[in-house]
Amino acid sequence: MELKFSARSENESFARVAVAAFVSQLDPTVEELTEIKTAVSEAVTNAIIHGYEEQEGQVLLQCRIEGNVIELSVEDHGRGIEDLEEARQPLFTSKPELERSGMGFTIMENFVDSFEVESRPGMGTRVRLVKTLKSQALASQH
Amino acid sequence: MSLHIATEVRGDTLIVRLEGELDHHTAELVRQQVETELDKGVTDHLVINLERMSFMDSSGLGFILGRYKRVTAAGGRMSLCGVNDQLMKLFELSGLLKILRMYQTESQALSEMGVA
Repeated sequence: MELKFSARSENESFARVAVAAFVSQLDPTVEELTEIKTAVSEAVTNAIIHGYEEQEGQVLLQCRIEGNVIELSVEDHGRGIEDLEEARQPLFTSKPELERSGMGFTIMENFVDSFEVESRPGMGTRVRLVKTLKSQALASQH
Repeated sequence: MSLHIATEVRGDTLIVRLEGELDHHTAELVRQQVETELDKGVTDHLVINLERMSFMDSSGLGFILGRYKRVTAAGGRMSLCGVNDQLMKLFELSGLLKILRMYQTESQALSEMGVA
């Protein structure tokens, strides 16, 4: 599944709902679905606020299902991240004036099984998230 | 709009009831509305009722932390009520659980504020 949409805050909820609808075929638990939606929301919000700094731009969202594994990628062609180590620190934010909590990366790390960020200053950022559904693994044993 | 915001003033406490989804988009709307209420200078304390929230991410944490800073800096108290498991996980991760008072129901939160 692939979606390309404008970097506008109205589309954050659209991105979450689209991914939730797509992965619902795996019959995730409510908790798993919430974790996936939250991680997607964080990645898309980062692209809009930090990648494009709330200016025009396109966000590319890809989602793939392999068995009971969900692979997600959120990509922007915005300004990129200079210091990834710093950006990944809990509570670090480059935009405290916008009341950002600095928890986006920490939430993504905690809500999925594998989390990677690739970023090149001036070129953009790509976040890859992988989550294995436990509920599905259990269900398939029966 | 995917977030419904209702406010009520009871004594010196502002009650904010949120229903729906609190993300970057809707956090900005609720921030403006709550700031406008607090700017009136009628209320010192704040109770945020999250009982009907269906989704929240780190933008919601930013909104809550921002109001906490404002209210406590002015000597007021702030508490949350109706926190579900999903929200609790976010509060735990972010450390907000350690600084915020949380109650199961709005009436408990209000009685702690002395405005039951």
